[in-house]
Amino acid sequence: MWPFFHKLGSPKWFYGIATRLMPWLLVLGLLCLGAGLVWGLAFAPKDYLQGNSYRIIFIHVPSAFLAQSIYIMMASAAVVTLVWRMKLADVFVKATAPVGLVLTFISLFTGAVWGKPTWGTWWIWDARLTSMLILLFLYGGVIALDRAINDEKSAARAVAILVLVGVVNIPIIKYSVDWWNTLHQPATFKLTEKPSMPAEMWVPLLLSVIGLYLLFGWLACLRMQTEILIREQRTRWVQDLFHVNEGVR
Amino acid sequence: MAFDSFGAFLAMEGHGPYVWASYGVFFVLMAVLMVGSYRRRNAVLQSCRQHAGSRSSRAPKPDSDTAPATAASFTRVDVSQD
Repeated sequence: MWPFFHKLGSPKWFYGIATRLMPWLLVLGLLCLGAGLVWGLAFAPKDYLQGNSYRIIFIHVPSAFLAQSIYIMMASAAVVTLVWRMKLADVFVKATAPVGLVLTFISLFTGAVWGKPTWGTWWIWDARLTSMLILLFLYGGVIALDRAINDEKSAARAVAILVLVGVVNIPIIKYSVDWWNTLHQPATFKLTEKPSMPAEMWVPLLLSVIGLYLLFGWLACLRMQTEILIREQRTRWVQDLFHVNEGVR
Repeated sequence: MAFDSFGAFLAMEGHGPYVWASYGVFFVLMAVLMVGSYRRRNAVLQSCRQHAGSRSSRAPKPDSDTAPATAASFTRVDVSQD
């Protein structure tokens, strides 16, 4: 266990693994997302109540799902940063916060556009929508705090604490549709029950969710590589990346 | 196919603008994020390559992995976890 844990914290080891994983993540992600979206847009039957506007679900749910998942992953990484001071955990938080910000924005935007024909309004200050807006501000706050502190170690600690404080928002988002009266419909996927929609609707939705997860994996690897290169550019192993290719010839 | 014609597919029975606006924003933002991240990684990689190149032109590359690159750089020390 310990050698593995130690390896996992090594930026050099991660850099190599990421290089090998990335083509798979990108190709499989694009295939799944493409299949899910084409199926959802053109082939899935229309909703008897909402008509065709419900087709927004195939991007709204995956991006909202990912936006919350990324925050939970960031919070787990923040614990690792605070307890074990593992550099790679901080690299993860820094690299993925902007991805979370973009996905939260997409879910809010598509939700508003979906709300207009369905509820008759772009926005209401209801629990689900407000807690998602807070998530957007949390992502923005994490990015801003990280940029405001020059010292790498202090920034890592401060960001980790902010991420952990903000994690209370996640259960609020999840249970907001059960705790309060809301216009928002309840969860589409539950672990314990069969989906309430027919398979021609939930299979493409699941494909889009998986596809977006894989693309997030690709983005995380890519952006972590960038951050690792910036931090470790003076180390032997980074310079060896180029010597191995050029030095021999 | 859930639609009779391509025109019907675009119109989505009046919901077209909502659906296509959502998908448009999704695709544009994801493309910007993915292409932007990819370009930035390559730019950083390029500057590291130049850095490594200028280093090796001044001093010949040490053949051992453990040799420090220059006196000013720090080397990583693996401390036993036991």
